[in-house]
Amino acid sequence: MSTTVSAAALGPQRNRVVTFWQSTNGKKVVMAITGAMMFLFVVGHLLGNLQVFEGPEKINAYGHFLHSIGELLWIVRLTLILAIVLHITATIQLALRNKRARPIGYSRKQAINSSYASRTMYWSGPIVLAFIIFHLLQFTAGYIHPESRFIEGDVYHNLVSGFQVWWVSAWYIFAITLLGFHLRHGLWSMFQSVGFAHTRHTPTLKSAALLIAVVIVLGYISIPISILLGIVK
Amino acid sequence: MTLDAKIPSGPIEQAWDKARFDMKLVNPANKRKHSLIVVGSGLAGASAAASLGELGYQVKCFCFQDSPRRAHSIAAQGGINAAKNYPNDGESIYRLFYDTVKGGDFRAREGNIYRLAQISVDIIDQCVAQGVPFAREYGGALTNRSFGGAQVSRTFYARGQTGQQLLLGAYQALERQVHAGTVTMVPRTEMLDLIVIDGKARGIVTRNLVTGTLAVHLADAVILASGGYGNVYYLSTNAKGSNVTATWRAYKRGALFANPCFTQIHPTCIPVSGDYQSKLTLMSESLRNDGRIWVPLKKGDQRPPNEIPESERDYYLERRYPSFGNLVPRDVASRNAKAVCDEGRGVGKTGLGVYLDFSDAINRLGEKTIRERYGNLFDMYQRITDENPYKVPMRIYPAIHYTMGGLWVDYHLQSTIPGLFVLGEANFSDHGANRLGASALMQGLSDGYFVIPYTIGNYLATNKFPKVDKSHTEVQSAVSAVKQKTDKLLSIKGKRTVDSFHRELGKLVWDYCGMARTAEGLELAIGKIRSLREEFWQNVTVPGSGDDLNQSLEKAGRVADFFELAELMCIDARERNESCGGHFREEYQTPEGEAQRDDDNYSYVAAWGYNGPDRPPQLTKEPLEFHYVHPSQRSYK
Amino acid sequence: MKLTLKIWRQRTNRDKGAFVSYTVDDVDPEMSMLECLDVLNESLIERGDEPVAFEHDCREGICGSCGFMINGVAHGPERATTVCQLTMRHFKDGEELVIEPWRARAFFPIKDLIVDRRALDHIIQAGGYISVSTGQAPDGNAILVGKDIADQAMDAAACIGCGACVAACPNASAALFTGAKIAHLSVLPQGKPERDRRALGMVAQMNAEEFGNCTSIGECTGVCPKEIPLEVIATMNRDYLRASWTRREDQNETILPFTEWSTGSKLQSDPTSRD
Ligand SMILES: Cc1cc2nc3c(=O)[nH]c(=O)nc-3n(C[C@H](O)[C@H](O)[C@H](O)COP(=O)(O)OP(=O)(O)OC[C@H]3O[C@@H](n4cnc5c(N)ncnc54)[C@H](O)[C@@H]3O)c2cc1C
Ligand code: HEM
Ligand code: HEM
Ligand code: SF4
Ligand code: F3S
Ligand code: FES
Repeated sequence: MSTTVSAAALGPQRNRVVTFWQSTNGKKVVMAITGAMMFLFVVGHLLGNLQVFEGPEKINAYGHFLHSIGELLWIVRLTLILAIVLHITATIQLALRNKRARPIGYSRKQAINSSYASRTMYWSGPIVLAFIIFHLLQFTAGYIHPESRFIEGDVYHNLVSGFQVWWVSAWYIFAITLLGFHLRHGLWSMFQSVGFAHTRHTPTLKSAALLIAVVIVLGYISIPISILLGIVK
Repeated sequence: MTLDAKIPSGPIEQAWDKARFDMKLVNPANKRKHSLIVVGSGLAGASAAASLGELGYQVKCFCFQDSPRRAHSIAAQGGINAAKNYPNDGESIYRLFYDTVKGGDFRAREGNIYRLAQISVDIIDQCVAQGVPFAREYGGALTNRSFGGAQVSRTFYARGQTGQQLLLGAYQALERQVHAGTVTMVPRTEMLDLIVIDGKARGIVTRNLVTGTLAVHLADAVILASGGYGNVYYLSTNAKGSNVTATWRAYKRGALFANPCFTQIHPTCIPVSGDYQSKLTLMSESLRNDGRIWVPLKKGDQRPPNEIPESERDYYLERRYPSFGNLVPRDVASRNAKAVCDEGRGVGKTGLGVYLDFSDAINRLGEKTIRERYGNLFDMYQRITDENPYKVPMRIYPAIHYTMGGLWVDYHLQSTIPGLFVLGEANFSDHGANRLGASALMQGLSDGYFVIPYTIGNYLATNKFPKVDKSHTEVQSAVSAVKQKTDKLLSIKGKRTVDSFHRELGKLVWDYCGMARTAEGLELAIGKIRSLREEFWQNVTVPGSGDDLNQSLEKAGRVADFFELAELMCIDARERNESCGGHFREEYQTPEGEAQRDDDNYSYVAAWGYNGPDRPPQLTKEPLEFHYVHPSQRSYK
Repeated sequence: MKLTLKIWRQRTNRDKGAFVSYTVDDVDPEMSMLECLDVLNESLIERGDEPVAFEHDCREGICGSCGFMINGVAHGPERATTVCQLTMRHFKDGEELVIEPWRARAFFPIKDLIVDRRALDHIIQAGGYISVSTGQAPDGNAILVGKDIADQAMDAAACIGCGACVAACPNASAALFTGAKIAHLSVLPQGKPERDRRALGMVAQMNAEEFGNCTSIGECTGVCPKEIPLEVIATMNRDYLRASWTRREDQNETILPFTEWSTGSKLQSDPTSRD
């Protein structure tokens, strides 16, 4: 039969932060909080980026402004890095656990009550990660900048010349759509993870998450699309 | 042999207090030195195991399901009675006592029933504290309903899932003790024999249903809470696994079996739809509060119900029992349904069914109200039959539902084997010849939470328990008897499946020892049961082996015991030349066709003792005395 | 009508399993899924074969014994219905039904469609109760409980412990089951004193068993025969979150998920070794 392990047998009392992190529920809370932080960045970043429609001066000034605040920028960057590291560490640990939890799969499995987005979080997340790396190499570091030259500080030029390459734009559109999927489920799920839910609120939360995800995707992809179409040049 | 029920003398109101005071106590420090076996994890078993664990005994609890939470008690729908008198409508301990004695048609002990009524009050408190979500008023107080034609509202309920919620309460209490280490739960294990050493019950032989391993478990006392034997009829409202094996093996080891022919038929079940039918589904009795029961006036009327005009319908219960109408007791409603079907006026494909019509109620109260009252039952009916009961009348038919008979126990719930205690539906004690609705849950929990913790203490404190070894000859012979029987079943390799025998047996018992019985029919049945049993032992086929999970083998063992029980039921029914409660002998009825009791000659408990395979069982009578409620004829006209 | 049943057969947990197809010719639309298997089994036994092992008891949708996947859906195509109450009229003549057991590491296979679900009992043992011993209770009406609260508790308490939620969850998570018990007890005033302890204990046990974690997918509630709402998972998370940061002292005990089955070794081979 089962064996009970007493507290004593588990060794010295563990720190509650450790215990919390070790439980799947604790990790989910961390994912929710870090996800929310990244979401705030995504919103802010979108608002910044949309200034591209107001012409080179505006967005370049914005770029300069960001770089000029120095330490603050690094605080934000470090927070984001920490968030993403925690988010991803938890993702990997949970994904491994989930894989282990069903060693033999079903020969046939039908989904009857879930969204596509919810079932593909472990795909949309990593692709977004790959995108972010690509994106940093392109616009922040300037390592990847096909078919044109990266000009440090000239954000407008970098954007327009970057997105004029069709496959770069296509990749952005694809990755951002996946980010949208990720948010469509994640923005609702994070409430569930921190324990805020009620039969009354759930439908509202779900529709709000969908709406926000759509707005964010449309907002972001409007940039490469306008550049490809020559509206912004 | 004389049977001493050990009812304390003196006024009935103080009997239980007095008994508790007179009982010896086990020193708290010694409790953990006593080991106890509980067979069954239903309301009776789980509540007993949990309470005994809380007291500090070392308890081992067995069930054949994969989890104690699945015991058959989970299926009870309607509710649980208690003399709380929260509705202020005239309920009292005395009234519950009175109604139960009368409802049992004066074939149960006053002393036991009075104690049951007293304890009923504590049960509700205990369950509420455990978190059982009973139905509530808006103000937050517990609410009650009237059930099974009772004149007062004394039934507590949790939607249509009262049994489930009560069992989960007991199960959780049990799991708490498992965690605390006082109870060891042994699921997927079936008890196959009782070990009696020096005249005392000291252990059981079990079979692990997954590995087939036989094991011996020894203890200072054994508690059986293994439920009722309604499945002897094959088709019943019981869970498929419900069986008589545990109590039957105890009977064969010397415990007396009381009133085996007292079985209860429930009038409102979904009728059989074909030969493949595996069990019957109960529709709560509460439906009769608003539904009207009828059949066509003409025989063999094949028209759909909606096309049969009012004038060609026979609302037979309303016609025959103007004052109680559709709310007559279970046995009366059942017998009348059988009668109209026997006349050829039954409805549905098989002709075994009557209509339960809600159209009047829907017209009067509106569909919404009916939906609020019975929504989940209507849904269940529709799920099973694909008919919409809001539009078409339901079809119902009686089915076996409960068995009042069981192992004989005294006031301490101890059987005739010292150290063997029997609780819940497995014993015979509190319901006489007919059980009132919502009383079985009450009895199971009363036995388990509030009676056995005291009475077993007395037994343990007043007896010595020399250590027994597994090498003891009694132990070894019990193990080899079980092994032989299992091997035998596997080796017959005949042509017929276990289920086909069970079906045939069930039909025999239903036809001759069901709703109506005659001496002649019973005689015939005994012969037929015997020859079918012989065929079983020669022609049954049990595929597979004994050393892994083998559901056919499990069934075969149970059916083998049902064969023997069926015969005893018929013998008991034949012996009892009167009609009472669920036992209706056609020869003994009033001119109006009601049950005719014979108090002068049959006011006793019939306790049968095993006499070996070739000798008829031995009848011992425990006379019943009524000092408080005086026997009267029931009348529902 | 005639159906093809493609059923997972596995003799014991030590054997490898495989699908075997059977045709059942005389399926009556009125019979239940389990009665259909009964009919198949009767014919298998008559042929001298071993019948398909499946778990069942009440056949009324309340005990939680039964359950398997039909064409990739736990408990089959009807919502809020266990396989024992699923009637065959939901299938078409000539259809093929793929019947598979629940699959999860925490549910060790036993035989054919039967799996070991004791991990669910362990979760209850770790705190799924109110610690009140027999005799300690005050009067039933001493603590009033509003009707809406009682109803909410009842909604969650309706869980039958069948394990379909785990089976259907892409992560094989037992969150709905665990959440249901936590939600049932934590809304009631009687359950409040122990709320933190319960959440810590049950969650620790749920994690100690080899279940996956919940990512709010929602398949579980879709197949749940009692339609336990997803919100119970949020309640579990909330109670756990609160308890983790407000309770310092005692570390809850967990029960080792290790069972004899999981090693594949044979249980108690000596008839008298266990007592
Ligand atoms: C459909 C239905 C509805 C009902 N509704 C009501 C109602 O509304 N109100 C009411 O008061 N009563 C009702 N009853 C009656 C009531 O449910 C039962 O009488 C009562 O639950 C019996 O409880 P128990 O603990 O004695 O046995 P059970 O609950 O039957 O438990 C028997 C236990 O014994 C175990 N067991 C059996 N044999 C063995 C063995 N050989 N080895 C090991 N373990 C074994 C089983 O595993 C199980 O755990 C209803 C009954 C039915 C069928
Ligand atoms: C801009 C970047 C990202 C944002 C805004 C974001 C946001 C979120 C949010 C809000 C959740 C819901 C958390 C919860 O249910 O508690 C979530 C879940 C998830 N994220 Fe991200 N995420 C981002 C990037 C990533 C990356 C890079 C990965 C993977 C490498 C990833 C993998 C996941 C996974 C697998 C989940 C589901 C896990 C779960 O719900 O338990 N995410 N994300
Ligand atoms: C069309 C869409 C996008 C455009 C046009 C865009 C543009 C830019 C530009 C120009 C920079 C460089 C800023 C600078 O160094 O001055 C930048 C940085 C960055 N972008 Fe984007 N971005 C887009 C989408 C995204 C998305 C979807 C994400 C995240 C999921 C993202 C995450 C980042 C990050 C993390 C940085 C680095 C910020 C820093 O340096 O601190 N971007 N982006
Ligand atoms: S939550 Fe639903 S699916 Fe899960 S065990 Fe309970 S009843 Fe079954
Ligand atoms: S399907 Fe699984 S992921 Fe959570 S919401 Fe249900 S447990
Ligand atoms: S057999 Fe009990 S729920 Fe299906």
